[in-house]
Amino acid sequence: MAAAASMMPYFAQQISSKNDLVPDWMGQEVSTGTTIMAVEYDGGVVIGADSRTTTGAYIANRVTDKLTPIHDRIFCCRSGSAADTQAIADVVTYQLGFHSIELDEPPLVETAANLFKASCYRYREELSAGILVAGWDRRKGGQVYCVPIGGMMVRQPVSIGGSGSSYIYGFMDSNYKPDLTKDQCLDLTAAALSLAMERDGSSGGVIRLASISESGVERKVILGNQLPKYSTH
Amino acid sequence: GGFSFENCKRNAVLEGEANKVGCSMPAARKTGTTICGVVFKDGVVLGADTRATEGMIVADKNCSKIHYISPNIYCCGAGTAADTEMTTQIISSNLELHALSTGRLPRVATANRMLKQMLFRYQGYIGAALVLGGVDCNGPHLYSIYPHGSTDKLPYVTMGSGSLAAMAVFEDRYKPDMEEDEAKQLVRDAIAAGIFNDLGSGSNIDLSVITKGKVDYIRPHDEANKKGVRTGDYKYKK
Repeated sequence: MAAAASMMPYFAQQISSKNDLVPDWMGQEVSTGTTIMAVEYDGGVVIGADSRTTTGAYIANRVTDKLTPIHDRIFCCRSGSAADTQAIADVVTYQLGFHSIELDEPPLVETAANLFKASCYRYREELSAGILVAGWDRRKGGQVYCVPIGGMMVRQPVSIGGSGSSYIYGFMDSNYKPDLTKDQCLDLTAAALSLAMERDGSSGGVIRLASISESGVERKVILGNQLPKYSTH
Repeated sequence: GGFSFENCKRNAVLEGEANKVGCSMPAARKTGTTICGVVFKDGVVLGADTRATEGMIVADKNCSKIHYISPNIYCCGAGTAADTEMTTQIISSNLELHALSTGRLPRVATANRMLKQMLFRYQGYIGAALVLGGVDCNGPHLYSIYPHGSTDKLPYVTMGSGSLAAMAVFEDRYKPDMEEDEAKQLVRDAIAAGIFNDLGSGSNIDLSVITKGKVDYIRPHDEANKKGVRTGDYKYKK
């Protein structure tokens, strides 16, 4: 998200913060600082996110739900500007719902990812949104598609995003292996998010997890005091 | 990030120079608002202070920051006064037409959608930070809405320059499923924290208690800053 941080001032409205009487965070746009993650396994996907939304240095919402349902078996993980990602998710939810009714069939995850890509690419200069689209469909099973800032779209077996993701690339490179079970994915996600939340100031709160498969969606919350603990001393 | 100490040295020098010529430093100015809302057992309680400022001057000592949206939905507004006033009026009007079309009492989620989509369309240039609360067929609901169009659905929210002071009170004393009197006292105390600790808020505390079928618009609930009575007289005696 380092790229996002430098792009933010370009089109975010900046009320002058030189005036000491207006608190710093009042001039800042609401951002989901964030760490998000999605992993494919045989039969579904596991997705996870932290729960912190910040305006500058103030935490506007410490229990945010960044795992947003787009359809029955398709979710997106949101990072970047809260307003932008909420607006895009609402638009895609509408478009996908309409498409699904036309088809009279559950929609494909790839379709949802392409709808996100279409909006994120067309308005790339105006938006600040990094999104992971994940879900299950009958054709290809569990899938994770990554739609970062700029509007690229690519399928990956595992993907991380948000400002906190920078701190866990090494952890992911060394600890992810293909063909994990669902529970291994849940443990890996919880561990990775916990490490990122510990180091990234813009990530924190609780860990929200969800696993999506043919049988449905199972949601879980790991509260602050139950987080996996790691320490360098 | 973090506090900027750059001007402290400059301020110390200026203070010294001012004192040397017999003047004192100018007093702090107020800008801003404290608004908040809380969900309790039977509904929501919304609260606000009543000061409106134009730069250094208090433009209105008793303005109303809790706006009507529909018979079961009210909205507190912080930020640019004109923007909060007009935005809530526009959505209130559209919601009334919508309700006539559906034949149903409007839902808080609908008002939230309309507000967020309008604010997002204007990309943050409409400086309206809102606390939207009400009771509908699905129960009590409370939303915070930011100028760029993001919203959060929460059991308790605060907005405005006094929001940190008010949130401190909420984080200490909020419990789920409170009684009406407990909730009113909590909101009153949260706004009071904003009024007395934030330089941007002041005057009285307005409350709005919304339950199924009833709205108590209590203005003022607490005259926390009543103007004192003059005890003396400076008239020159002949």
